[in-house]
Amino acid sequence: MRVKDRGRIDRESRIAFTFDGARYEGHPGDTLASALLANDVRMVGRSFKYHRPRGILTAGSAEPNALVTVGRGAEASPNERATMVELAEGLAVTSQNRWPSLGFDVLSVNDMAARFLGSGFYYKTFMWPRSFWEKVYEPAIRRAAGLGALSGQHDPADTEKGFLFCDLLVIGAGPAGLMAALVAGEAGADVILADEGFAPGGQLTGEVEDIAGQPAHAWAESTWAKLNAMPNVRCMSRTTVTGAYDQGTFGALERFPEGRGPRECFWRIAAKRSVLAAGALERAIAFRNNDRPGIMTAGAVRAYLNRWGVSSGRAVTVFANNDDAHRTARDLVAAGVSVAAVLDSRHDAPKSPDFEVIRGAQVCNTAGRKRLESVTYRTSKGEQSLMTDCLAISGGWNPAVHLTCHMNSRPVWRDDLLAFVPAPGAVPGLIPAGACNGVFATAACLADGASAAKTALRELGMTSPDVDLPDAGADAGRISPLWAVPGKGRSWLDFQNDVTVKDVKQAAQENFQSVEHMKRYTTQGMATDQGKMSNVTALAVLADATGRAIPETGTTTFRPPFSPVSIAAMGAGGRGQSFAPQRFMTSHAATVERGAPMIEAGLWYRPTYFPAPGETHWRQACDREVRYVRNAVGVADVSTLGKIDIQGPGAAALLDFVYTGLFSSLKEGRVRYGLMLREDGHVMDDGTTARLGENHYLMTTTTAAAGEVMRHLDFAKQVLRRDLDVATISVTEQWAQFAVAGPKSRDLLEDLLGTSLGGWPFMSCGPVKVGGVDGRLFRISFSGEQGWEIAVPARFGASLFDALVAKAEAIDGGMYGMEALNVLRIEKGFLTHAELHGRTTAFDLGMGRMISAKKDCIGKVMAARPGLVANSRAQLVGLKPVGEVQQLVSGAHLFREGARISPENDQGYVTSVCYSPTLGHMIGLAFLERGPDRMGDRIRMVDRTKDIETLCEVVSPVFFDPDGGRARA
Amino acid sequence: MRLPCPICGPRDSREFIYRGTALDRPAPDAGTEAWEEYLHLRDNPAGPIREFWYHHAGCTAWIEVTRNTATHEISDAVLAGGEGAA
Repeated sequence: MRVKDRGRIDRESRIAFTFDGARYEGHPGDTLASALLANDVRMVGRSFKYHRPRGILTAGSAEPNALVTVGRGAEASPNERATMVELAEGLAVTSQNRWPSLGFDVLSVNDMAARFLGSGFYYKTFMWPRSFWEKVYEPAIRRAAGLGALSGQHDPADTEKGFLFCDLLVIGAGPAGLMAALVAGEAGADVILADEGFAPGGQLTGEVEDIAGQPAHAWAESTWAKLNAMPNVRCMSRTTVTGAYDQGTFGALERFPEGRGPRECFWRIAAKRSVLAAGALERAIAFRNNDRPGIMTAGAVRAYLNRWGVSSGRAVTVFANNDDAHRTARDLVAAGVSVAAVLDSRHDAPKSPDFEVIRGAQVCNTAGRKRLESVTYRTSKGEQSLMTDCLAISGGWNPAVHLTCHMNSRPVWRDDLLAFVPAPGAVPGLIPAGACNGVFATAACLADGASAAKTALRELGMTSPDVDLPDAGADAGRISPLWAVPGKGRSWLDFQNDVTVKDVKQAAQENFQSVEHMKRYTTQGMATDQGKMSNVTALAVLADATGRAIPETGTTTFRPPFSPVSIAAMGAGGRGQSFAPQRFMTSHAATVERGAPMIEAGLWYRPTYFPAPGETHWRQACDREVRYVRNAVGVADVSTLGKIDIQGPGAAALLDFVYTGLFSSLKEGRVRYGLMLREDGHVMDDGTTARLGENHYLMTTTTAAAGEVMRHLDFAKQVLRRDLDVATISVTEQWAQFAVAGPKSRDLLEDLLGTSLGGWPFMSCGPVKVGGVDGRLFRISFSGEQGWEIAVPARFGASLFDALVAKAEAIDGGMYGMEALNVLRIEKGFLTHAELHGRTTAFDLGMGRMISAKKDCIGKVMAARPGLVANSRAQLVGLKPVGEVQQLVSGAHLFREGARISPENDQGYVTSVCYSPTLGHMIGLAFLERGPDRMGDRIRMVDRTKDIETLCEVVSPVFFDPDGGRARA
Repeated sequence: MRLPCPICGPRDSREFIYRGTALDRPAPDAGTEAWEEYLHLRDNPAGPIREFWYHHAGCTAWIEVTRNTATHEISDAVLAGGEGAA
């Protein structure tokens, strides 16, 4: 309930929200957690494994218990920490991991069966029968144990990502962070100050203390405002720095209040230096039934009172091993809230005139199912019970060292603080300051922050300004160790994954003694909170169980992210069509208008076929388009092929170096087919290259390898052959290029160009005027027919395509797509990356003689290795079905007739198949051991995945017009 | 990670494509062993290493970078095959 005259919420305004359908009200400045507590809602969830009632444990980012689903339908966001959710009008919140309701949960029977559900239970219990694991046990366990569920729908919320750069990144706006930012800001450095909360001050937001003669929170707010006014400082609230990476790079998740931008933005921040001022996280103490709603950290109870004006109970008991927790009792009493007692495990705990302190006391049990009713504590005088509805516990503070460990550093144990602190130089350029550095008193935090900034400024070569340190409290308080109260029953360590002291002891007993093994066996620290509350306590218990010291036991590995980051934020901008850029040909619009289904080729989209009225199957369209080319004329957009312009006196030598063949001997105005090898002797790519002038070539590559070939040429030119005076540039997007193929192709082009093409032999090229535009014409063929490719600057592509199609259709031809293009090339045994798949050599492709003996080229030396030219290798052949089964399948393997179908009898594999309308049956290209020697042999094609077996004859890979007369016609 | 491109300045590593250790291509007649070494055998030092990167989303320069494999610290970056390159 709310307490009068406390807290910094706007009590004049009200915000309505719902929790599990019930309507509640809060105020601006509330978190969901503070508003729920103000409305006396204690139980907010069920635990992961035992379905125990759970309440709010903390007031901050480490919250393990109060996980809820925020929003409805597609926008629902599961596992939100109630302590981090800013209250907003109309917020719809539902509890998780309960059925049918939070109050009555069927699976709470798990709690009764607890003794069967200890660490490793599923490894031991569900062993038999083995087949039951996947189908029965695992699904049942997964349903029973769990957190919130995803909606299963597309999340429509907007997310963003961005990049930021600065001299100094300050992580955390508590006393140390604010002071560091102030010093660096006044020095004129570019500063980013990022804080997880929506109010600056860190721990100060929940404390009653003074800085510079004013309330600490007021000092924090005015300092923040001052920083915000500096043009060189960017203050980012609601921003969690989630990870530290190489070279001063940090990941940060910024959340935006409803209606003020995207839901989240994931930032990559490159900082020359950084100050980590992440504060510290209060830890609990393990004792029997320490997980009931109403048991909270002492700091949280204080923060709810001081910042939000909420009393977490009517009669509050404090249980601690340190001085700091006594402030909770002090602040409660001052606010008029009844304090039942302060139970301090230390025999020398300070006394207070305002509340009772019971020294040498340890809480050994609690009672109350859905909210705390009483606690039992033990002193030297025996056990006593106390009626109380809120227990504020503190086992001390763990410095938030997480980010200092993201680059493999391990924190260092300090016995005087009973805490791990960052190792020196843990992350290059990162300086820890304040509580995360083991400095707890406010005055010391301010000084540490200022000093960290000065160190950073010095390293950056900047001058530090004179900044006075404000006056503040200098008391850090004392602490004595207390991790777990001995006794029977279950004492929780990891609240989120339901791991108890008993589980850790059992793991040690079963020889999972390394902290990393214990973690995985018990699942301690493996929940969404990554054990922020429990890791140190759990390893202290493990140390005790194994008779080792804490530093010797060590910590598990802290990994990014510090707190959960949604995939939507990390992948912002990459959903649906934005996943990858799309490249469109100039004929795209016309192609789509014709109803062609498009297929991705890298980033390009190409038409598969062009359906005609009356056709019911793609094969009908494909066969028709093949006949256009074989009988009349077909037009296809081939602009997606890579085009590289190569110029300079060294152009010919560069080509001789990257291709197996000679290109220096190519005459101007002629085109040659080229094969390009990798340095290891395998084929990388193929294509034609035209010599446009003495020192000017135009290379084409396959669509898929265009980028790789460009990179390869750049490497050859810039690194291997620096002696050559040559320039290369990609002109793929600058030219639109169309294949015009078929017996009537010359007629079409002569009509289009208004000139005779009689003087253009096969493999010639040259400039042409296309409707007054300077274009290029190449007489090349990928179909085996008389073929041309005509190119114009891309801006004329669409109109040229329309003109070509109109003329083709007037003479019984038309457009053809990728399916027909593929059939035409398989009929001719031409290659694509189905055959040039990276493991084939020129020898395998029957092109061994294309490696010129007259010169060196990339890949030549290694292509000559005996193993790469052995006749036993699988080599290119054609296949034709000869039995009853007429189907061929690419990817199928080849076996001798009568041989057992097993890997050792494998003779080769099929790479490309199609139905050939020209030949009237299916044909295939394959690689077969000693293939060229086996023409006319029979071979079995076996596809076990589709259960198809086809008897084939081995034939030449050139199925149609083997002497090539049609292309030269 | 960022790489200091000698032409473009410090740029995000995602603008680059990695090739591997910076090695000199053997002469055609250097023999099988030299070629085998060039193609397949690599040192794997925990420390500085010279390697080729391609600034594909930038100036398309091949650069030679000295990177500490243990810390990702970049101590040098020059145009590959150019002045200062191995």
